[in-house]
Amino acid sequence: MEEKEEYKTLNINSTLYKTRLSKKFENRKPFKPADPCLVRSFIPGTVVDVLVKEGSELKHGDVVIILDAMKMQNRLKTHVDGRVKRINVKSGDRVTKGAVLLEMERVAGPEAEDSEES
Amino acid sequence: MSLEKKIHDLNEKRRKAMLGGGEQAIEKQKAMGKRTARERITDLLDKDSFTEYDMFVEHEARDFDMDKKVLPGDGVVIGTGTIYGAPVAVFAQDFTVAGGSLGLAHARKITKIMDHALRMRMPLIGINDSGGARIQEGVNSLYGYGEIFFRNTLASGVIPQISVILGPCAGGAVYSPALTDFVFVVENISKMFITGPEVIKTVLGEEISMEDLGGARVHSEVSGNAHFFAKTEEECFEQIRKLITYIPWDNTRKARMFEPAEPKPGFDVGKIVSDDPTMPYDVKDLIRAIADNSDFLEIQEMYARNIVIGFGRLGGRTTGFVANQPNEMAGVLDVDSSDKAARFIRYCDAFNIPIVTLVDVPGYLPGIDQEHAGVIRHGAKILYSYSEATVPKITVIIRKAYGGGYIAMASRHLRADFVFAWPTAEIAVMGPEGAANIIFRKEITSAENPEEMRKKKVQEYKEKFANPYVAASKGYVDAVIEPSETRKMLLHALDVTENKSIPRPHKKHGIPPF
Repeated sequence: MEEKEEYKTLNINSTLYKTRLSKKFENRKPFKPADPCLVRSFIPGTVVDVLVKEGSELKHGDVVIILDAMKMQNRLKTHVDGRVKRINVKSGDRVTKGAVLLEMERVAGPEAEDSEES
Repeated sequence: MSLEKKIHDLNEKRRKAMLGGGEQAIEKQKAMGKRTARERITDLLDKDSFTEYDMFVEHEARDFDMDKKVLPGDGVVIGTGTIYGAPVAVFAQDFTVAGGSLGLAHARKITKIMDHALRMRMPLIGINDSGGARIQEGVNSLYGYGEIFFRNTLASGVIPQISVILGPCAGGAVYSPALTDFVFVVENISKMFITGPEVIKTVLGEEISMEDLGGARVHSEVSGNAHFFAKTEEECFEQIRKLITYIPWDNTRKARMFEPAEPKPGFDVGKIVSDDPTMPYDVKDLIRAIADNSDFLEIQEMYARNIVIGFGRLGGRTTGFVANQPNEMAGVLDVDSSDKAARFIRYCDAFNIPIVTLVDVPGYLPGIDQEHAGVIRHGAKILYSYSEATVPKITVIIRKAYGGGYIAMASRHLRADFVFAWPTAEIAVMGPEGAANIIFRKEITSAENPEEMRKKKVQEYKEKFANPYVAASKGYVDAVIEPSETRKMLLHALDVTENKSIPRPHKKHGIPPF
């Protein structure tokens, strides 16, 4: 009868079912839309070079960081027009996948809006 | 030289070859809890049934002083034998010889036994225990792997292929098992990965143990790469022997018939399922209540537990069971369970094994993670494999069969030969709650007491549509049956479909949503 305690409630199309939940389901992460102002490492690797400084004014598509991963020098770009707000890494740093390497802030103005989509 | 001397020399050569990497290496192997390659074959096969081939094969490598190295049998044992009388071809990599590394001669032995199995139409069992490519042999070992993969693909769906991971199986080497039908793993012994912990650490800076990265449990529970999990090599061999009894020798034959046997009295088919479709139960109890002798060999027991797959027998015939598991995630279809079921359905279809589907499904799992993981593409695999299958397909709708889940679970529309439904079946476009919320939205929101109205409308919908009779009135269900009649009806259906043959449009092959 101890089994019964494992049962939880799962809502599928408004019907509530008594059932066990899988680890995968219980550990699922809430969805967060990507913030275009953050430059993240899309792959784990080592920062080879930071090409900009805090306060630099950049255009969408400008290369900001060179990340060495899988024997490739990957060029990471900004996805917005704006100013570099913070740089979280320096050359030589090893970074995990998804780490925020650099933060941008948008500069007010109509063009910034235009190039948001990448 | 006298004949006696020649025979003596032969036996001396044999003795040396049988020692593999020598006593020290054997001791090391044992210290890891592992058996030698020949011990494994002996334990797996029927007593005294093994005949070894190519015992005296030697490598011809020259670089890196390889010409000075003697590698008995080049690190792999091949041959044929029987399991419960069924012929099988076997190779077993010998970790005591150069870490079971794969060089040209090693690969040629494996491909020779693969060709043999395919020509003689018998199951192939590969025991993997190898450090990987023999680096000294360079591109020749890559050639070897490629030749093995090619033959795995050629043999797929023609002869059963079984992989047993009894040691490391890393890098490209894992792709041979991945191409085979069933992968067996043993706790603390099996290790499978593309890149090992050291590489992950140096390249990515992430630390993980071998067991957590690619151990038996990970592949059984998380990745779904393994189909059978055992705690010891002994248990693993017992599982393989059992599996062999359920499957045919090749795709032109049917599995062997056994003496029919009634289910054991401990399982009462009428007492397992609550009539409330939201209450859980273990569908494996239901399978055992139906199957001969209550025997059920479950496949991928720990992976995507919301669907249950495996072999049993009905009236002595091997039957593939596919069943939603209300005990786990309410038995929903999702990315992993679709993938798991679809592959099994295709296995049964390739090897002339009828499929019995037990349906109790609330639908596909809603969620952002599911959508982003491609539940559209993966879910479609079930539709594809059921539609494609030409073996007998018999469906029993136990309780709920809602929406897309109903269609996917071997419905009449995907050409089930028989669809039976219990009186508890609810075949509808969705659950009563969801349906009432949509159909009667206006009445509910404009009512003085919306909650009361909602309940009333749900009840109305339930009475009218949450039953098997709407579908039965259209012939989508062939018979509404009492739970206690289930086995009898399945035996009847299997008798009727025994010689089923249906033509299909000619094609080279379909394009399933892989």
